[in-house]
Amino acid sequence: MGGRSIAAGSMTLKGMVKHAIGSGRSVTYMPRPGDGAPRGVTLIPGDGIGPLVTRAVEQVMEAMHAPVYFERYEVHGDMKRVPEEVLESIRKNKVCLKGGLKTPVGGGVSSLNVQLRKELDLYASLVNCFNLPGLPTRHHNVDIVVIRENTEGEYSGLEHEVVPGVVESLKVMTKFCSERIAKYAFEYAYLNNRKTVTAVHKANIMKLADGLFLESCRQVATKYPSIKYNEIIVDNCCMQLVSKPERFDVMVTPNLYGNLVANTAAGIAGGTGVMPGGNVGGDHAVFEQGASAGNVGNEKLVEQKEANPVALLLSSAMMLRHLRFPSFADRLETAVKRVISEGKYMTKDLGGVSTTQEVVHAVIANLD
Amino acid sequence: AVNGMIKYEEVVIDNCCMMFVKNPALFDVLVMPNLYGDNISDLCAGLVGAATLVRGIALAEAVYGSAPDIAGKNMGFECLFHEKFGKSNCFTAEWCSMLRHLNLHDKADLIQNAILNTIAEGKYQTADLGGKAKTIEFTNAIIDHL
Repeated sequence: MGGRSIAAGSMTLKGMVKHAIGSGRSVTYMPRPGDGAPRGVTLIPGDGIGPLVTRAVEQVMEAMHAPVYFERYEVHGDMKRVPEEVLESIRKNKVCLKGGLKTPVGGGVSSLNVQLRKELDLYASLVNCFNLPGLPTRHHNVDIVVIRENTEGEYSGLEHEVVPGVVESLKVMTKFCSERIAKYAFEYAYLNNRKTVTAVHKANIMKLADGLFLESCRQVATKYPSIKYNEIIVDNCCMQLVSKPERFDVMVTPNLYGNLVANTAAGIAGGTGVMPGGNVGGDHAVFEQGASAGNVGNEKLVEQKEANPVALLLSSAMMLRHLRFPSFADRLETAVKRVISEGKYMTKDLGGVSTTQEVVHAVIANLD
Repeated sequence: AVNGMIKYEEVVIDNCCMMFVKNPALFDVLVMPNLYGDNISDLCAGLVGAATLVRGIALAEAVYGSAPDIAGKNMGFECLFHEKFGKSNCFTAEWCSMLRHLNLHDKADLIQNAILNTIAEGKYQTADLGGKAKTIEFTNAIIDHL
């Protein structure tokens, strides 16, 4: 049972029984007939390191014989809109895996990443920041899930120049969006046995906008009495994240703060190269690297093929669980964690010298 | 004429947060709008060790804000000069900045050295620096070092 040996005489009978129950295979997943049929997943390699890391996922999925097939579409950040055929494909498959799309800074062109989220109404963005064994950081026991409102707030895209030299940018907050993100956060916590949900805000300054967000969170909190709820102002939150991140569990935030908090938490726990994440709405889910890779990572990484595939591999494990293929998800996650904890094959951002391909081979070699 | 030897770079705020916690030494001077500045300065303060040790020149306002959760409990600092402000270590450092601004450099140095010596000695440190001293004890220790 399991892979561990019990040293003779080192445990009482009671201890051995407890140990045997804890280790080894869990109670089995019983599928419905037909659940094993391969699922289509829209694949968007994107820009920069995107093609490298999505290729990594394709290779590992193939090695595992996972019941997914990818429909690849070329989308680039300099396109005006996401092509309609891509949206159709995602609507059909319900699930998408993507690399980053390069967003031009300034210039009034809207980000395709944001466009995709709005078109498909992917209103919740989830990033899981946690310590990986083998990747020591300054803090321990970090396991934070940042759930960020993905469609409105500071990203409403409503800006205009009132007079030359004066620009107005509208932050729009609605009860509808605040409520549904709060509901998602508490539901996530409930389904994943998480103990606390913390709302991040700046309602002392933005009394109406963030005040509305807080009100919605408080209302939803009353429906989950077994989950602890508290609030924290965003600047204090940043400070606490860098000094005592272990005190955070699930965090629910409006759009902009979520972006900052997720990236800070990712940096604390090991870097954007390893944190998984996804975006989900009522009908679709899009999985991608958890935190931004500095837009799409720098050119040198692309040229030398040294991008870190771990984040997207862990995101694709999340995707497999979402698709109800738990054993494939577990195998992929275990293989990746083994590679990291061994420490032999790590890319530059983790302090190693391996290329993307070497890490992929190591993961495949470590698959059960 | 502008000094042409200052390097100028731009960084997206989310990437900045991440780079900051991984390697703050990458940054020198940062300029940013209001909200980002609020967050980044508190982030820096957290990295440095405590909000109380960070100086900010904002008309001598303490960086930490009013810390409503600990005001009045004699756990944080109550300022030597004004009861309203929550963190007087930071605040007395503010006064140093102000004294320098008024060209009273020797007085400013005196106070700054007293604070640094008190912290270095380690005997009296308040809760946020990991010690158990009360505000008034820490303050008296600074005065003794003057």
